[in-house]
Amino acid sequence: MSAKEQPVIKTIKLFINGEFPRTESGRSFAVPIHGSEHIYANLCQASRKDLRAAVEAAKEGLKSWSGKTAFNRAQILYRMAEMLEGKKQEAGQILEDVQGLSKKDAEVEVTTAIQVLLYYAGFADKFSQVMASVNPVSGPFHNFTTPEPVGVVGFLADTGFSFWQWMDRLAAILCSGNSVVAVIGAPGAALISLIGEVMATSDVPKGVVNILSGDINELFTPMASHMEVQSICYWGEDQTKISQLHEQATENMKRVVYKYKPQSLESITAFTEFKTIWHPVGV
Amino acid sequence: MFQERFVRGHGGKKIPIPYYPIDQVGADERAQFFTKRSIKKESKINALYTIISMIDLTTLEGADTPGKVKQMCAKARFPVPRGVYQDIANHPKAKALPSVAAVCVYPSMVPHAAEALEGTDIQVASVATAFPSGQLPIDLKVADVERAVEFGATEIDMVINRGAFLSGDYQTVFDEIIQIKEACGDAHLKVILETGELVTYDRVHFASQLSMLAGADFIKTSTGKVQPAATLPVTLVMLNAIKDYYKHTGVKVGMKPAGGIRTAKQAIAYLCMVNEVLGSDWLTPDLFRFGASTLLNDVLKQIYKQVTGRYYYDKIFSLD
Repeated sequence: MSAKEQPVIKTIKLFINGEFPRTESGRSFAVPIHGSEHIYANLCQASRKDLRAAVEAAKEGLKSWSGKTAFNRAQILYRMAEMLEGKKQEAGQILEDVQGLSKKDAEVEVTTAIQVLLYYAGFADKFSQVMASVNPVSGPFHNFTTPEPVGVVGFLADTGFSFWQWMDRLAAILCSGNSVVAVIGAPGAALISLIGEVMATSDVPKGVVNILSGDINELFTPMASHMEVQSICYWGEDQTKISQLHEQATENMKRVVYKYKPQSLESITAFTEFKTIWHPVGV
Repeated sequence: MFQERFVRGHGGKKIPIPYYPIDQVGADERAQFFTKRSIKKESKINALYTIISMIDLTTLEGADTPGKVKQMCAKARFPVPRGVYQDIANHPKAKALPSVAAVCVYPSMVPHAAEALEGTDIQVASVATAFPSGQLPIDLKVADVERAVEFGATEIDMVINRGAFLSGDYQTVFDEIIQIKEACGDAHLKVILETGELVTYDRVHFASQLSMLAGADFIKTSTGKVQPAATLPVTLVMLNAIKDYYKHTGVKVGMKPAGGIRTAKQAIAYLCMVNEVLGSDWLTPDLFRFGASTLLNDVLKQIYKQVTGRYYYDKIFSLD
């Protein structure tokens, strides 16, 4: 054997149902190294069938995730922060390579992403107490309202990528017990394996987080019209897409979330439904 | 390798049944081949509607109630409630939604099913003969069948005596099928081999021949209570037995894979296989059935997808 080291380069694949499959379509797209003609990596270009598989996984994942105690969800979100902390350098390096961030800026992005996870970990077992209410009603009923996860959330990142802002939305969706199918285009998609590894090692049940790399324009309609997706988080400015989303969301009354306030209680409740219970008393 | 075994038929007549080994690797490979067919667009839609018309909608649980059976019968008649189906019925790609072929229940549920399906073409199939184990004396098995027919079953799904079969007592298996066939009267007889317990393809092939010689109208893979249930290769072996039987006798015996067929994609692979092994003559509910419950919703989901372009989910149609 020669002493020369052979570099082993990570193949970046999709993250569906706790696994790292390639796209069924066999397609790929190139993510360039920022400001250069060289390619950073060839990524899987997910097809609508991959999306379908991801939604099915998310539907299953939702059962276990929404059934966990809020305290346990908090622990797992905290665990995500721990795992990301361990991958800080790798994440920073990817951001430098594909987004052309300075070393310092990249570090800030990753550190903020970790802080964001902590923020939502803290909120996971508290937002319900803040948002729930006991309602005065005229009649012999105990009437109360609690926030419940909305279900499977489609998360479309259709804008310039910021790691911590992406993580903020992801954590907000997960916080109340939703499962998520996220689609990322270049250049952020280069992080997909790293995020997948963080999820896979943080005790979040399989299928709860699914991430696809690909073309948002291609996957937009299948996602927006999918009857099993109960809410869409659209991160972008494209007004045409926003109005299309509203239109396609009507069939199964999806919640469309496109205005977003990072690190806020509103961001959590944007992905919840309020359930009101009338409980007879005195009978 | 080739052996000839025999059973004694009417009047002690010797009936030879060839017993030869089936190439397991070959059957598995060949069956795998059918999963790679690309059935798209119009052919797919046609296949999906055909599958619905071939389903024996099944509920075989200890927890079955008359209410559940009635609900299932309603679904058998109109897989999607008529008012709801109106939404897509006028679309150029959509067709009239067929009923399923039959409902399949335990004997005690037959009266409820027969009542709910009165006036329709949907058959009432009843499992009998101490389903699923078949471990009862023959007189009680016959009584089981007679009672089911009396209750209104038009099809009987019997299980073979696997204990006898596996210990080499083929005569008992053969005689029992003949007796059950007599007890059926006009009702169609489906013979369940329970391939998961027979284990080898040689035995499956032999049991298929034995059942057909004894008078089976259909041969069926499994009860659904034993794993593995229906698989493509095991069905392929049985289809080949049907083909040989047809060649020698001119009698068309039907095939019913049951258990484990949950998706439209799987079901389409079965249709491809039937078409290529036996030809399009067999692509009718009279000669091919799917024993299934969750399959129906998946097929409906795929039809809606084909017609509307939206991805649906199965629970939108009904909960089971």
